[in-house]
Amino acid sequence: MGLIQIGASVLAALLVGVLTRSVRSTLRTYLLLALSVLAVYWFQPIVPLRSFDFWLPSLSLAFVVLTWFIIAQPGAWRARQNLNGLLIIAVLATLIDLSRYFFPDPLITATIPPQFNQYLIFAGIVVCVILFFTWLSHRSAWTITATIILLIVILFILKTPALSLQASIFFRTLANRPIESATALDVRWLGFSYIAFRLIHVLRDKQTGRLPELTLPEFTTYVIFFPSLAAGPIDRAERFTQDLRKGFALTQDETLLGGQRIAIGLFKKFVIADALALIALNDLLVTQVRTTGWMWIILYAYAFQIYFDFSGYTDIAIGSARLVGIKLPENFAAPYTRPNLTQFWNNWHMTLTQWFRSYFFNPFNRWIRGYKSIPAWAMILIGQLATMLLIGLWHGITLNFIFWGIWHGLGLFLQNRWSDFVRTRFPALVQNPSLQPALQVGGILLTFHFVAFGWVFFALSQPALSWQVFMKLFKLL
Amino acid sequence: MGQKQPRIRLFGVLLKATLLFMLFNFAFIFINDIPFGKLSLYNFIFPGRERFPFGETREAYNLSLFDLDAMFASHVLAGAEKAPDEYRVLLIGDSSVWGTLLAPDQTLAGQLNAGSITACGKEVHTYNLGYPTISLMKDLMILDRAKQYQPDMVIWLTTLEAFPKEKQLDSPIVANNSERIRQLITNYQLAMNPDDPALVKASKWDKTFVSRRRALADILRLQIYGTLWASTGIDQFYPEDYEHAQIDLEPDDEFHGLRSLQDALAFDVLDAGMSAIAVPTVLVNEPMLISNGLNSDIRYNFFYPRWAYDEYRQLLNEHTAARKWHYLDLWDLVPMQEFTNSAIHLTPEGEAMLAGEITKAIQTLCQ
Repeated sequence: MGLIQIGASVLAALLVGVLTRSVRSTLRTYLLLALSVLAVYWFQPIVPLRSFDFWLPSLSLAFVVLTWFIIAQPGAWRARQNLNGLLIIAVLATLIDLSRYFFPDPLITATIPPQFNQYLIFAGIVVCVILFFTWLSHRSAWTITATIILLIVILFILKTPALSLQASIFFRTLANRPIESATALDVRWLGFSYIAFRLIHVLRDKQTGRLPELTLPEFTTYVIFFPSLAAGPIDRAERFTQDLRKGFALTQDETLLGGQRIAIGLFKKFVIADALALIALNDLLVTQVRTTGWMWIILYAYAFQIYFDFSGYTDIAIGSARLVGIKLPENFAAPYTRPNLTQFWNNWHMTLTQWFRSYFFNPFNRWIRGYKSIPAWAMILIGQLATMLLIGLWHGITLNFIFWGIWHGLGLFLQNRWSDFVRTRFPALVQNPSLQPALQVGGILLTFHFVAFGWVFFALSQPALSWQVFMKLFKLL
Repeated sequence: MGQKQPRIRLFGVLLKATLLFMLFNFAFIFINDIPFGKLSLYNFIFPGRERFPFGETREAYNLSLFDLDAMFASHVLAGAEKAPDEYRVLLIGDSSVWGTLLAPDQTLAGQLNAGSITACGKEVHTYNLGYPTISLMKDLMILDRAKQYQPDMVIWLTTLEAFPKEKQLDSPIVANNSERIRQLITNYQLAMNPDDPALVKASKWDKTFVSRRRALADILRLQIYGTLWASTGIDQFYPEDYEHAQIDLEPDDEFHGLRSLQDALAFDVLDAGMSAIAVPTVLVNEPMLISNGLNSDIRYNFFYPRWAYDEYRQLLNEHTAARKWHYLDLWDLVPMQEFTNSAIHLTPEGEAMLAGEITKAIQTLCQ
């Protein structure tokens, strides 16, 4: 997201906050829904496949509506709020498509939207699929599982370069376009990782009976909420809806707090992170950097760049959301000042780790505990490794993300064992107050460097390049 | 009882912020003379650059900026204390001197320094002050600014394309250093209009922080790129492949719309440059590609029709002879295959040939 898009969404949020000061919360929900639908199309970057900057956002919306029909009570769509929600989504998507006939240049999308007859066919298919799944969901509990699997399969394809390439070739063949120029980056689906995780969360909660009733406008706004669409945080539906239903009046204090957070975020992202990005570790620099000392500096630059970039976006999202009365959860809490890896992960991309904890780590641990023959340490190792591996794969299904996941999984396991060992064998040492400052500082430095070494996998595309960096860092090359 | 927090008024905050920003913005008009460009991390934290910053892509780890102070401050020359046994030679010129597609050690300056030459019993240190714009006025501006670095000799490489009067003020680096250029016009009594519209005239608003933000950001980015310069030694993008200089030429004998070069060349700027520094200055007509391809009977290369270049050489010969300048006409020194992507850009081997001739000149003319 660029400065113009951020500026426009902040202004839009401010406008909604001001306009809905003394009106019912439903109107605020409708406004946020409409803006979020527009944002899904507007934020989608241009892709080399024709009209995909229209089809991909449309598919996002289709998935959201489909999921709502699956989780909603039978006949819930007839309620006025839900009909209004359906109308807003359908009318806006149709208007965006029809804009091709009224404006010479694309208005919301990156390129001219597809022809209306193509759009009608797409809409017809979407309606049929939704009707079928809704019908199925009322007869079989497996519909929810099937939808979750479908979302995971799409994520799997998008995150695997070889499969993304095949997908691009498939779509190019379908559209009679040359396949030679197909690349794995052709199908860049903005925000789908976050959308999928929010959808999986509600589907799982529906399965376990923990999901409250949500109207279509509330649900859709939750999933594609424009401040957090591109880079999170991943809120929980029930918490988000609580804020949405509460009466909200934009006060001076709220505006100041939101504005302050946005300003901090802009500074972090566009001043610090973008400056560091010029010198941060990348594939090209691995072979170009000549000395050990500079390699360390390039690695540190990456460690801070990724933090300021991501946490800057989060600040902007949290600040913008605040202007419309939504208190999005925190995503970063000074992670590099944490004295051990567990605490680092409790404070880095917190909403993602919480998601994995709720929907993978905890259920997985409950399941593995059933195998009495597996020793406790092995259970911890398997649990940590599997969770971190999945977090790695969420970023991309490549060898380097796998190594990154294993690195952190092993790190968490070793830290867990070490803490237990020290606590039981040397309790006096751990509790000695005079040693605390040294242990704290030592822990912070050790944790930071462990994480920084992990970035060597994360930042680069090939294990061989990462290996080269380690060799240079330790003067072995 | 907890103390009551003072209430913050949004309007008040916005008003104060706006006023403070306006104050800060307009204060820049009055601190316009502070040469921010001279503040540099180069030669302190980072080693000085071996040539001026210039680059248009991120892969170059470099950028083009118009602030001459910042350009000099980032150059190794600015941090080089002159030793008593140093014979300091400055190389002035265009992209062929700067070294497009060449690593710093492959450029003319790089090869001269690698040769460990001595002249008049001193060790020759050559500094690359080339800049990828072809204009005598740009060269004069750099020469004039370089005076303060105690050179013992100046080698000025040039070519016909730098001479037309009409293009002296056209290059962006010249147009955006208008104050400096006006001063040069006055000091050297050049036949140019100091109020030429090509020279950017800065209004009061142009001197505010808002207007100068790009220039200030460029200075900051130049400092950040110091990390990459120090860590990689790379200061331009080296493509794996490039389009080679044109051999087959258009059947066209046009040169800047001129039929004759009489009175069309800026010899007054050349005169100013040759007298700018009171040390031996060697003028070099730099090597160029002489094509044997299609229409090579009409043109020498992409830049020059034969008639124009021949006339230029004749005029330059007469001009230099009349003033008894040290002049080297090396136009045909380098064979066609030793040019890269332009009729004046040399391969490392081509640079070596040129370095051989320049070495002889330095050793012969040193004082």
